[in-house]
Amino acid sequence: MKVGLFIPCYIDQFYPQVAIATYQLLKKLGCEVFYPSNQTCCGQPMANSGFSNLTKGCDINFVKNFKGFDYIVAPSGSCVLHIKEHLKDGDNPIELEKIRHRMYELSEFLLDVLKIKHLKASFPHKVGMHVSCHGQRGLHLSSMSELVAPAYSKTEQLLNMVEGLQLLIPERTDECCGFGGTFCVFEEAVSVKMGKDRINEHLLNHVEYICGGDTSCLMHMEGILKRQELGVKTIHFAEILNSEL
Amino acid sequence: MIVKQHAEAAQEFIKDEARTDWHDETLWFVRHKRDKAVNTLPEWESLREWASQIKNHTLSNLDHYLKNFEERAISNGIIVHWASDAEEHNRIIHKIIADNKIDKIVKSKSMLTEECHLNDYLKSRGVKILDTDLGEYIVQLREESPSHIVLPAIHLKRQDVSATFHEHLKTEEGNFDPQYLASTARHHLRERFVESELAITGVNFAIAETGSFVVCTNEGNADMGVHAADIHIACMGIEKLIPKTEHLGVFLRLLARSATGQPITTYSSHFNKPRQGQQMHVVIVDNGRSRQLGRPDFRNSLKCIRCAACFNTCPVYRRSGGHSYHSTVAGPIGSILNPNLDMKANSDLPFASTLCGSCTNVCPVKIDIHDQLWKWRQQIVANGYVTSGKKAGMNGMAWVLSNPKLYRLSGTIVRWVMRKFPLVVNNRLNVWYKQREMPAAPEKSFRDWFKENQET
Repeated sequence: MKVGLFIPCYIDQFYPQVAIATYQLLKKLGCEVFYPSNQTCCGQPMANSGFSNLTKGCDINFVKNFKGFDYIVAPSGSCVLHIKEHLKDGDNPIELEKIRHRMYELSEFLLDVLKIKHLKASFPHKVGMHVSCHGQRGLHLSSMSELVAPAYSKTEQLLNMVEGLQLLIPERTDECCGFGGTFCVFEEAVSVKMGKDRINEHLLNHVEYICGGDTSCLMHMEGILKRQELGVKTIHFAEILNSEL
Repeated sequence: MIVKQHAEAAQEFIKDEARTDWHDETLWFVRHKRDKAVNTLPEWESLREWASQIKNHTLSNLDHYLKNFEERAISNGIIVHWASDAEEHNRIIHKIIADNKIDKIVKSKSMLTEECHLNDYLKSRGVKILDTDLGEYIVQLREESPSHIVLPAIHLKRQDVSATFHEHLKTEEGNFDPQYLASTARHHLRERFVESELAITGVNFAIAETGSFVVCTNEGNADMGVHAADIHIACMGIEKLIPKTEHLGVFLRLLARSATGQPITTYSSHFNKPRQGQQMHVVIVDNGRSRQLGRPDFRNSLKCIRCAACFNTCPVYRRSGGHSYHSTVAGPIGSILNPNLDMKANSDLPFASTLCGSCTNVCPVKIDIHDQLWKWRQQIVANGYVTSGKKAGMNGMAWVLSNPKLYRLSGTIVRWVMRKFPLVVNNRLNVWYKQREMPAAPEKSFRDWFKENQET
């Protein structure tokens, strides 16, 4: 099984540990993992700001790097959703369709494709669950509090396989953290207030870590946690799943 | 008057953090009530789907249903008027008032009349209207606009209401007992209902097959006004139609649960024909709606039944208040409706969202609100309503991210600068840094690590 590893640009540059954990985890689970070395960004920062006309370069580069894999996996619901919904390449319509269908966020790949039932991982800590909106409401990685539907969560299902981990859910189970791409600077006041409110709910649960599937949300909350010297850390679920006994 | 953009107005709103928390929690409480109510109906998601399909069908055959409605309404004895815009709507109502020499007018809640700025139009012509919905009454006394389409005075605490009533209704200073305040308002409103000569209402649903319409209130104020006055004017947008009476059950079940978590509004008043000696008018208003109907990406925003569930769930609305949207209809739905009315003036609104998608999920008629916010952003930029700074920034970013070598070089340099000279980024010019630390800049990118470790 040839798996193309897509590492979002800001993870590549600022959170390589998330990418390393994803890579090692996939290797451990028997995947043949390839990292196309000329990859950059999915184009979402421009498109979500209203400049989808400027994503052509990113789109073409993405298709060039990721054609031909059985699966493409990324540790980010948001970037995966962008690829599935907005990737364009007029010259390669067939490749484009293939890429869209082969694109997976890490938790859905682990559960729906690899169908893993257990993991050898240990993380004896109190972990607060942060649900990222695009993975949840866009990719349906978990049930949504607004809908009348059975409850499930792919990320929680995976974290429950980890030894010693105590998972704690905030009262507002799936409220947005306020990152929102360029929203975080153009609407700075609301963005930070939303982040603070999310963090406060986790603090009530006395968590040691806030865990999620999108490093962008975590980066935003980490920035607030560090500024306020609250001692709580953020962590991507891939890092937890990759933590050895 | 300079209208503040959403981000700036929101920043001011948030300065009072305790009040922001109160606003957020009050509206979250309503969202929570809605959740409890909808979870009592196993068929909830099917109801949403039916409502969506009924509205889609109606919008696709709107000309037909409008004509049907008009025909039946006229045969019921209702006088039907057509207004292409707000000005015409206001002119029609003013003419009815002038022709009948009326000066005692009550109005129940109608967001359409707010959208058309009817009160201001009539005031400048010497005609005064009294808003009888309690929330609307409060904001009218304060000369403010509603901050929420269902809960117009939700931005006010009872202390604020007490001060307003003390000033205007001579209530005891410092007495903010809700029951005392409500009964004072009721006493004042009751006198005005009794003496009213003309009552204006909105329309929640107009039924094409019968030519009748339904007005939903919790206070009974629409009925009070209409029953006392000799003239009833009901104002409706062209999108308020549903084909048949049997469809009403779907919408009434959805509306109250979505709006306030009630199983049904306290009063769902059906108006079929004028009583003996009464004049009943319906003003059917376009005001940009047919233009929106002609926009394939945005037409289904006209399915909206004005429940405001998207307001209550929106984490941005709850923390920025309705007035920060500088429009009659605030919140996520307002942010996709208002650019149609004036794209330039409302070019900030589609950006007042994280695109979290909660609005789309609570919408009882399944409007893809967050997708439309994304699409409006594209339209707004394409029409040039964007600062040159943002445009230059986006062009620069796109250029770097389109070139793998340049991307890697830029990344290496930025990380090096952040490590060696952190003050270059950790300063006042960096908006992120105002209340958040920057991420740590590692020496190696993942790609660097991968090149060194892939064989191990």
